[in-house]
This record gives sequence, C-alpha cells and structure tokens, in this order.
Amino acid sequence: MTMDLSLLPDGGVSWLDASGAHADIVLSTRIRLARNVDGFAFTSRAREGERLRVLAQVREASAKSDSLAGAFLFRLDELAVQDRLLLHERHLVSKELAGLDANHPVRPGSAVFLGDGLGVMINEEDHLRLQALRSGFALHEAYEQVSRLDRELGSRVPFAFHPEFGFLTACPTNTGTGMRASVLIHLPGLVLTKEIQRVLTGLQQMGLTYRGLYGEGSEVVGNFFQISNQTTLGRSEEELLDQLVHVVRRVIEKEEEARRVLQRDAGYIIEDKLWRAYGTLRYARSLSFDEAMNYLSGVRLAVGLKLINGLSVYTLNKLLIFSQAAHLSYVEGRPLTESEAGQTRARYVRDALASEAGLNG
Amino acid sequence: MLCDSCKERDAVVHLTQIVDNAVSQLHLCERCAAEKGVETSAGMPQHPLGQFLAEVQQQVPPPPSEAGRCTFCGASMKDFRASGRLGCARCYTTFEGSLRELLRRVHGHSRHVGRGYASPEPEATEGDSIRGELRERLRRAIESEQFELAAELRDRIRVLDE
Repeated sequence: MTMDLSLLPDGGVSWLDASGAHADIVLSTRIRLARNVDGFAFTSRAREGERLRVLAQVREASAKSDSLAGAFLFRLDELAVQDRLLLHERHLVSKELAGLDANHPVRPGSAVFLGDGLGVMINEEDHLRLQALRSGFALHEAYEQVSRLDRELGSRVPFAFHPEFGFLTACPTNTGTGMRASVLIHLPGLVLTKEIQRVLTGLQQMGLTYRGLYGEGSEVVGNFFQISNQTTLGRSEEELLDQLVHVVRRVIEKEEEARRVLQRDAGYIIEDKLWRAYGTLRYARSLSFDEAMNYLSGVRLAVGLKLINGLSVYTLNKLLIFSQAAHLSYVEGRPLTESEAGQTRARYVRDALASEAGLNG
Repeated sequence: MLCDSCKERDAVVHLTQIVDNAVSQLHLCERCAAEKGVETSAGMPQHPLGQFLAEVQQQVPPPPSEAGRCTFCGASMKDFRASGRLGCARCYTTFEGSLRELLRRVHGHSRHVGRGYASPEPEATEGDSIRGELRERLRRAIESEQFELAAELRDRIRVLDE
C-alpha cells in the first residue's frame, strides 16, 4: 500500500513555504509538547493493549478538537517502510515512531495525526508528542497553536501531571513543561568565518543546545542547525521561549555580520565558491544527498547575499525535502538503488533550478 | 491533647464509651490504643471488602523504596539506568528522592513553574473510554496486588455500568 500524501491538508509541508520572518536564515520553527495519559505505563513499558487504548482515547479526543479539524490519522504500524520513511523525511514523524531504527521496530499502536501545521505523534517515547511546525522564525505563534491543541486534548484525556515535577515524561530530560522549542537555522556565514564553534559553545552556556537537520542524534549537514532549549523544568514556557527568541535573534545578527565580513574581505573568493556550487547543482549528473545539501547551502547563501537573483527560497526548501531518497523513490514510483538515486537526485535538482527564470550572474 | 493512658504522646484515637448509661470519653495515642486492642478508624476499612483487604494488607510488602520496584509498572531504578526511561507516571512517586536529585542535576531545578494542569472530570470524557481505562488499571492493580485500589476501581466501573 502506498499512502497518499495529498490527503494531508497542506501536504505536511506548509512550513517550507518561506513565508515566515527571516525565512532565508531560519527555515522553520517547531515546538513539541510531551504528554502522557494517566493510568497507563509509558510507551516503552506499555503492553500492546495499553498502547491501543491510548490511541483510541486520543483519537476520540482528537475528533472533538477544533485544532485538528480535517487532520488525517496515519497508523505507522500499518504502513510499509518506504511510506514511514517518507513521513520521516518530511519531518512529520520521528525516527523512533516510524520504527526506522534497527533496534526499535515500529510498535503496535504507533500513529500520527497530521493537520495544518500541527501534528500529534501517538505512542512515541511518550504517549503524545504534540507539535506545531511553522515557516520561518515564529516561536510565539507556534506555541500559541500547540498550546491550544494541548488544552483541547488535555480537557478530554487525563494527562500525567505531578504538582512538584509538572508534566511527567518517560525521560526526565523532558519533565516539567515537556516542551522542546526549536528553530532550524542556516548558518553558512558563521561556519565559513569559523565563528560557529564560539556561537555553539555560547548557546550551551545559556542552557540551549543544538542538533542536526533531523533533530536528536542527527548530524549537521548543509550548515543547518536546530537550536532548542535544553532544560524543561524550573522555568515557565514563556521564559523558555523568551530566552530562545532572544538568543536566536543574536545568532541571526551574528550570521548577518559574518556574511557582511565575508563579502567585504573575501568578495571574489566567496562569489566564486557559491557560483561553483550553483554550477555543480545545475549540471551534475549524479549527486549524493550530503553533496546536494552542501551545494544547496552555498546556493542558499548566494540567494541571501543577492548574488543569485530569481531563485526562490521556497524552491531551495523544497529541494531539501524532495531530494531525499524516499521522496525520489516516491516520485519515480519504485525503489531505487543508491546509484539510481544519485542520478535521479541530480536530474530533479537540475530541473528545479532550470525552471526558475530570471537567473543572472 | 495527651494520651489518657501514657500521658506522653498525642492522642489520636477518641473513644466515646457508654457504660451503664454513663458517657465517658477516652483519648488514646496510637500505640496505647493498639495495646488495648482498640482498632483505630484510620485502619478501619471503609468498604464491604474491608475484612478481606485488611487481611491482605498484612501480606502486602512494605511500600516500595529506591531498591524496590514500582508498584504500577514493575520498573526498578536499575531498569531506568539501563534504558534512560522511566516506566510510568507512578515511578516518579516511587523513586521520588533519586529523581528529585537527578532532575536538579539535569535542569538545575526540581520544581515545575510552567503551566498548571487539572485532569478532566470523569464526566467530561466518554463513558466507554473511561471504562476501558479503568479496566486496564484494574488489571494492573490486581497484577501488582493492590487490592484496595482494585476494589475502588471495580466499584467505579460498576457505577459506570449501571
């Protein structure tokens, strides 16, 4: 069975549309709240019957939630592996929920509700992982959205809550607010000027942390960093958000400053490097995913510096998602070998770049 | 108020005796009351299963400690250290001391100051899912030999069934 992603209200990718604030530097904002249903063991210790019961309760509550009106439920435990990969590549489900980790096969009762910019993973590490995903830098808007969903579901399903410790989660690193707020940010300027390490160390001293493109445990590719709060207890949601907003603003300023320095002190070297990246993407006949990410990072920077005009950030965002292996297979309608994927990826990128008019150099 | 018998400890048991139409009050501490064979009201079961449960209670192991297992999900601190994940919400109470310390180390605080939460009233949710949840809890309670809780849950299911 191949799932039909057009069933999703926004294809699950409205966060790619580059409509949000600072969209050339901040790709997206994501906030997730971890919640557990009182009266059941946490997912990893729950019996199959309990997980199914959790799913049934959430399903019932979701049907009455305004935030999830029109949302679609995918049962991960009923989907083929390539479909689960597809959802993961769209950043809609975690690796764990999709059962993509060899040590953690998909669990019975694993499911995800997907609505417009909102989702609920069910039977992930915690029974519920509510998340809001928005284009650009929009922490407060995303929180407002996910918080409304939290109230709607929490008024129908009893959440595990402790007067001293707050919302109870399977891992104590999430206890309290259960909130992880993150922004996916593109920092090629800081990487090229070698300022990045200092910035990242600074983040950690502020109680924040960073991860790669796919969140926990993923590597940094294409100069994309996910910056998020590290602690969840002892500060209110608003305090955590305010601090993240403050720090991300500073990081954006630093990135803009680094870009100015690069243009001033190394103008032609940078220009040459970025046009070469564009040239490779425009004409290569085979591209690995990491290669594509790195060149796309260069082209994204070139667009930010206005060296390349007429190429939209939206197209670049789409390429990040649609040049991944499962998406290429999906478009081709068959599984691809690695070398086939490399060739298909190169063709897909060439076509996308060629279709954008008005390029000059 | 001091115990009428030992005059040392606080009286917690208050008895009203009627002997030959004369009413007298007796105030005893827990220990003296037990000594005189007076059952304290705190220990008196409130429900029909009382006698049975009181007997069972004698056999139930002492409350779980850090070294023990969670009475709800059966997880131990050793399990947590191996997996990094707690088994259920009850684990937070069972291993409260260790966890408070751990939370303080991880977050720098152990007290939640974010948004509060009140569980929905049972009526707010659909009867069916409530019944399902209660049955699941009942099964767990029986498995973990929490008979008092089991009896309470069974009564609640009965009320819903009526």
